[in-house]
Formats: sequence, structure tokens, C-alpha cells
Amino acid sequence: MSTTDFTNADLFAGSYDTTEGTVYNLGGGDWDSITAAPEGENERIVVNMGPQHPSTHGVLRMILEIEGETVTEARCGIGFLHTGIEKNMEFRTWVQGVTYVTRMDYLAPMFNETAYCLSVERLLGIEDQIPERANVIRVMMMELNRVSSHLVALATGGMELGALTAMIFGFRERELVLDIFEMVSGLRMNSAYIRPGGVAQDLPAGAEEKIRETVILLRKRLKDTSDLLVDNAIWMGRTVGVGYLDLTGCTALGMTGPVLRSTGLPHDLRKSAPYCGYETYEFNVPTQTTSDAYGRFLIRIAEMHESLNIVDQCLDRLVPGPVMVADKKIAWPSELSIGGDGQGNSPEHIQKIMSESMEALIHHFKLVTEGFSVPAGQAYVPIESPRGELGAHVVSTGGTRPYRVHFRDPSFNNLQAVSAMSEGSMIADVIAAVASIDPVMGGVDR
Amino acid sequence: MSDLPVVPANAADLDVVGVRTGAFGSQTSGDTSGFGGLVSPIVMPGASVPPFGGWFDEVAEELALSLLDAGVSGAVEKIVIDRGEMTFFVKPEALIAFMTECRDEPALRFEMCTSVSGVHFPEDKDRELHIVYSLLSITHNRRIRVEVVIPDSDRHLPSLVALYPSADWHERETWDFFGIIFVGHPALTRIQMPDDWVGHPQRKDYPLGGIPVEYKGASIPAPDQRRSYN
Repeated sequence: MSTTDFTNADLFAGSYDTTEGTVYNLGGGDWDSITAAPEGENERIVVNMGPQHPSTHGVLRMILEIEGETVTEARCGIGFLHTGIEKNMEFRTWVQGVTYVTRMDYLAPMFNETAYCLSVERLLGIEDQIPERANVIRVMMMELNRVSSHLVALATGGMELGALTAMIFGFRERELVLDIFEMVSGLRMNSAYIRPGGVAQDLPAGAEEKIRETVILLRKRLKDTSDLLVDNAIWMGRTVGVGYLDLTGCTALGMTGPVLRSTGLPHDLRKSAPYCGYETYEFNVPTQTTSDAYGRFLIRIAEMHESLNIVDQCLDRLVPGPVMVADKKIAWPSELSIGGDGQGNSPEHIQKIMSESMEALIHHFKLVTEGFSVPAGQAYVPIESPRGELGAHVVSTGGTRPYRVHFRDPSFNNLQAVSAMSEGSMIADVIAAVASIDPVMGGVDR
Repeated sequence: MSDLPVVPANAADLDVVGVRTGAFGSQTSGDTSGFGGLVSPIVMPGASVPPFGGWFDEVAEELALSLLDAGVSGAVEKIVIDRGEMTFFVKPEALIAFMTECRDEPALRFEMCTSVSGVHFPEDKDRELHIVYSLLSITHNRRIRVEVVIPDSDRHLPSLVALYPSADWHERETWDFFGIIFVGHPALTRIQMPDDWVGHPQRKDYPLGGIPVEYKGASIPAPDQRRSYN
């Protein structure tokens, strides 16, 4: 039975009977019609927030059951950005896989690439053969990426809570980092820069100076952002004590990253299971003991400064050398160069394969079209992404394509905590709680 | 494919998950390499024998002892140490007991189940589906992988949500992608695909899909229909 009055009806605002009573659907602007509901009945109000909502941190849908302004039940609906990346990778070569994984967590592409490449390298058994320079560049790119990712976390988190200046600051500073990415890899995002065996290209001339200058500028600008927010009464009012999740809750829900560190546990994979030579860098793991959104915000601010310190150390260590593994059966055969018509293979390489060495041509053709084979087995090398433990479970059956790649994305796992963090709080606090997890839906849905 | 046995009789320990034919595996045109008749098994790393070295032995021994105390026998099918990673192959009926010991035994204390996912080996008869769990002990700074093998004909496995609440979404995703039914899961619904989706996309018998691409008069087949190696 429908009670919709079709004379002035909203198509999406009808009602229908269920075993638990009548359900009234409401769109926007028709709140008056709910007065038609019988008085005194047990009333449940379910509010759908998202997926297209400026405060849900991307295409996240939340289904909130509310009593007045209090959330009694919060659930997440995800999958709106699912693009089947893991499936697609099974039909491409190992090197092409990098181009796919970089699009998962689109705010931390360098981390996706590194996680994937480290697993592939473990399967290939070439972990010890990665050149020092490649490792330093990887660390430097990852730490710069951590800064840009945390800046977006502050920017979007600030915007969602109404702090629009924080958004402007965050995105402005992030652009400085993206300029470096563009200079080094050719692309601001989704750069596919880190490849199995090393990195795609050596740093271009002038990159080191630019990074040095940017680090100095970032330190200054980061201070502006922290001056704006750290002691800001409104910001604290919105975040202190909000999105509370203690260590027990974090452990049960598998939380990692800033959320776990906001409980006081200094768990950081860069320290506990170092990769890419992190054990040789000096840095601190910032923690807070408040277990709330404000603590996570402070951790992100502190981590950005630590990251810049690591970038400084990387710059001091950069000595000339190869950036790709020496094994010619794995390393990409050509060098890229910028020609008059854009980016392409270097003229020397073209000269060599087209008119000097038939074997070099065959080698180039085989590696580019067929790709290299990876011995059968499975590997999982987790790394510390800006959001927590990121790892690629990579399975090979000895072929030239991945048999299965599963990304353990921290955003996917951490979003499970939304219920625990926000049930019993106000609706507005749900936004702050989600922002403090900093989920990136590209990584959640993959 | 020939009827000759691919694997010699004395190689029972090998974990053969499939067969590859030809030198390149290309199916769509003649193999001019001369290796077109080559038939080779796909062998995953096999069982390891103790001592494993490092902390692997301690974990294996502690687990054996605590499973004995709990009165569970034959839970572990085999232990594989490969590339510095430890994998326990656990029988599905003993999964809950095994995981309980992993979590609760102080000498093990794997506090976190960080990931659940699946791998589909359609050619491995009655061992088609592998469910892979990743356990992390922050206390001892150790990480193990737990793998459960189940037949495609009976895709049931007990849910770990009561033990590790973090497994909730991961199990839903594994159901969504592989069709594995986690018995006891509080709400085993699809998570990435729409609710009314038919099929489980990460299974190897599920096509990738896609349409041919027209380019300058030529038609390039969809990615899973193209000539390929492997």
C-alpha cells in the first residue's frame, strides 16, 4: 500500500509497509510530509549520507541511524570506486602492473608502487641487488609522498569540518610536492615511477636543488598550517575526544598507521620491519595518547616534519650510480629521453637496436612484449603508507603475468572502525571521525 | 594435453597447482619455437622440514605444543618456509582452533589479522580455492601466513570475525570475489560489487570482459582475448 499523494508527490518520497512497520522515504525539502506519520509509533530515522557528499571523504556512503542528533548505528557502504584493478593485473605483464597499482590509493601512488615492487622483487630473489641510489630515491619519493598525502588529509579533513583555510593551505603545499613528482617522473599523480628492480628514470638535472628548496619552503609553510590549527579553539572543539578508539579497539579492528599511533603504541613498519634501507635513517615515530581525532591530526603534523628530515638525509646520500638492477633480463631495456615531440626512447638506444645489434633488438622486443618471468611462489612485503600497513600479496605461477595480486589497503581495513568510533556521538562527529581515519576510496575499493 | 603423467611418481611432495604447455604458453598461433609440445608442471614451493631457522622454529614448536594442549591433532597440513616468509597450511576443520591458539598463546600472540584474501587454482582438483590469512604479532614483531585449501565443490569455511573482528570486511570481500561462504559471519554480503551482481569476479573462470578496440581500421581484441604469453 502506498500513501503517496501523487498530486504534489516527490517521486523519491513515498512510503511502503514492511514487517517492521511503515517506511517513509524522504528526499530533500519535503520534511513536512512526515507529519503524516502516526504519533507515538516506535520511530527509527535512517539517514543516508553520501556517496556523493562533500563531507564523506570521497565516494563513501554512510548509513546512519539517528535519534535526534545522536548516531545510534553507523555503517559504511563502499564499492563505488571498484574498478577491478586486481583482476586487470592478471592480464598484464609484471612491469605493467605498476601502472595499475599506482591508481589504487591515488594520494599515495609511490607507496602502492613500492609495496608491489618489493613483493615482486622478493619473488624474483633480487631484493639484495637493488642499487643503493634506487633505494634512496624510493625512500625520498615515499617520504615526499607522505607529506603530500598528509597535507590532503589535513586539507580535506579541514574542509569537511568547515576550516576552508586549512584546505587552501593543504592543497597549495601539496602542489609543491606534486611539482617535484612531475619533474622527476613526468606525472603529478599515478606516475608508475617505481618499477620492479629500481626506478624508471634517474633524477633529472636540477631535481636535487629543487627538492632542497622545496623542503625549506615546506617547513616554513607547514608551520603556518600548524599555527593555524594546533591551538585553534574551534578546531580542538571539533576534534578533541572525537572518534575515540583505544588500543584494544585498534588491535581488534586491525588498525595501523596514525590511528594506532594515536593510542600511544609506536608501531611503524619502517622501524619494526625496515625495507628500502629505512633502518639506516634517523627519524622518530610520533605518538599521542589521546586516541582521538585531534591526536591523529598532531601525529600527521609531526610525521610530515619527520618525513622532511628523512628527505634531507636522502639528499645527502645521493651519489651517482645505477637506478635499476644490473640483471638485463629484468631491467627495462631502454632509457627515456625528452625529444622534440615529447617523451620517448633515447636516440642512442634507437640507434643501437635498429642499426647496430640485432640481439639488442630481440632482447628489447622480448622484454617489452613478453616481459620477464617470475619464479612460482607468493610474497607479502608490507610497508608503512601514510594510512598504515599497505602490502601486496603477490602470487606467481612462474609466468610473465601476476597470477594474483591482492592489496591489503589500510583504508579498506581502517574504515571498519567508523562504527566503533562514531556510534553514540553526534552526526557532526562522524565527519570528524572519518576524516581522522583519512580513508582514500581509490584504495578502499580498488 | 597428453595423458602421460606430468609429475614423476616419486615427486609426491611437490605442490603442483597446474600445467603449462609450450615454451611461451601462447595459444592463438603456431609455436615456431620448437617447444610447442612442452608440458611442464606449475610447482609452488613445497613443504619445509625443521629446523627452519630463526624464529620460525619457535613459532612452529609453540603452536604444536599449544594445539596439543588444546587437544587438536593434525591441524597443520604442512609448513612452507619460502623467501623468508612462513606459511602454515591449515586444515579447514581446525582453522578456528589454530587461530585461537595463535591469538591467545602468550608465546605467539598474533594480535592482528591484517588481511584475508583468496587465490583460485582451477586446475588443482579438489584443492581449487586457497584462502590466505596474514597474522601480525606486534608483541614479538613476527608475521605468518595461514593458508587454507578447500575444494570448489564445498566452498565453506568458518568465519574468524568472532576471533578477529577485523576479518569482517576482508571475509566479505573474499565472498564477493571468490564465492567462499564464511559460516558464522554476522552479515556475509557483497562489499565491492553491487548487491545483485551475479558471479565472483576474481575466480579464474570469470572472464575479464571488455570490448575490442578499433584503431586505424584494425580491431584489437579485449585484453583477455589477445594473443599473450604465459
